[in-house]
Amino acid sequence: MAGPRHISVSEASRPVLPRHARLKFDETRQVWVILAPERVLAPDEIAVEVLQLCDGQRSVGEVIDQLAAKYAAPREAILTDVITMLQDLADKGFLTEAREKTP
Amino acid sequence: MSDVLANSKAADPGDSLAVLEKQRSLAETFGIPLAVLAELTHRCPLQCPYCSNPVELDRAGSELSTEEWKRVLSELAEIGVLQIHFSGGEPTARKDLVELVRHASGVGLYTNLITSAVLLTRDKLSALADAGLCHVQISFQGTETAPADRVAGYKGAQHRKIEAAKWTRELDLPLTVNAVMHRQNLHELPEIIQMAVDLDADRLEVANVQYYGWALKNRAALMPTLAQLEETTRIVEEARERLKGSLAIDYVVPDYYALRPKKCMGGWGRQFFNISPSGKVLPCHAAESITGMQFESVRSNHSITWIWQHSEAFNRYRGTAWMPEPCKSCEFREVDFGGCRCQAFALTGDAGNTDPACALSPMHETIFKQAQREAEGETNRFIYRNFAGGTPETGENGG
Repeated sequence: MAGPRHISVSEASRPVLPRHARLKFDETRQVWVILAPERVLAPDEIAVEVLQLCDGQRSVGEVIDQLAAKYAAPREAILTDVITMLQDLADKGFLTEAREKTP
Repeated sequence: MSDVLANSKAADPGDSLAVLEKQRSLAETFGIPLAVLAELTHRCPLQCPYCSNPVELDRAGSELSTEEWKRVLSELAEIGVLQIHFSGGEPTARKDLVELVRHASGVGLYTNLITSAVLLTRDKLSALADAGLCHVQISFQGTETAPADRVAGYKGAQHRKIEAAKWTRELDLPLTVNAVMHRQNLHELPEIIQMAVDLDADRLEVANVQYYGWALKNRAALMPTLAQLEETTRIVEEARERLKGSLAIDYVVPDYYALRPKKCMGGWGRQFFNISPSGKVLPCHAAESITGMQFESVRSNHSITWIWQHSEAFNRYRGTAWMPEPCKSCEFREVDFGGCRCQAFALTGDAGNTDPACALSPMHETIFKQAQREAEGETNRFIYRNFAGGTPETGENGG
């Protein structure tokens, strides 16, 4: 059984989309979508970029480092935005943390 | 089931995440729906008295073949459908379900299984997961074994459902618990919420019965009282706050007690269609209850896109031009699109009338009072759903 689901996002978290949520490019409508039970969500460009980096391996800190380097932006400015966005996703049940597989 | 994709509560304006419906005005273009309900069969081992299938069920012999369903699934993916809900009847009664799930996944569809779970085995579920199944929704009739089995008309149903829900999570598949609520089980709601938590479900649908088809036949035995409904709303709101981030709760109220009708199916022919076991393309899974309407089939020479855009059935109640008064001049006409066509037909005899759930309908008062009388009444016996048009409950249950 899975542990507690609700996560608190910090720089050390290694978040990933839960199995019920799939990030996919919709060719027909030419937009990125997150497919989830009974819902189709349309993440904005920044959310898509962040979520593509959230693979359950990288920590939030590493994601922020990568974005800061890519956009030559101050780390602190990105940090708050990214953590707020990820926490919001987590609160809605669209983000989880990688966990050890139980045999 | 709840209104597919019509939920607006997932996102606030300004969020990085928007519900796609909100962002793109499908209302203007009648673009192809994002999700489609595929009713693979009307066969089902359960006999729930509120079944959402039409009273006139499709026989096994008329069901689409495996090859026909595969062609339909490919066509759906090609025209821009993103999600497929495999439903029924009981979809696991189809021997080719694994094959259909594999095909749907192969063409890129997000696949959801809506099941009573009583026919599932761990091996079957495991094979479905391997075939690419994304999500499992299991319906529950309650938490207490005997009353739940009585509603299902199937001894041992509750036990099998609990087992299947556990296997679902063991296989790391996401789980929705769909709890169908009515007067005779609403008192169990706190236990149902706890059951969903204990089963490690991702979502819980607290779905009050919607009263057409079989449920309308059984309305006197199922209709909750207003007091029950108010208590239910309070319990749901409390649980939502307490379980935020770990269990999402969707809540569907019976519209008899509302002043405004529900935006049924997001409006006729606006954002939803389903495909019946025999291949009819329908604006709503209850649409065949409206007698005198002709619905096109995937077995016809027409494409699904053509049926959606041009068929007479989809256009008859689409938009606002068909509306009579009081809808025609109503400021809410594009908010609820006149409510539910099937309910208007069932209760007024004309699908083109205002849904009597609306306080502005001339029939609202009569119907609301009748429902209230039924809710306070003593009739608890069911008429069970089956291919024979229903069988009255016997034995000591009910009054």
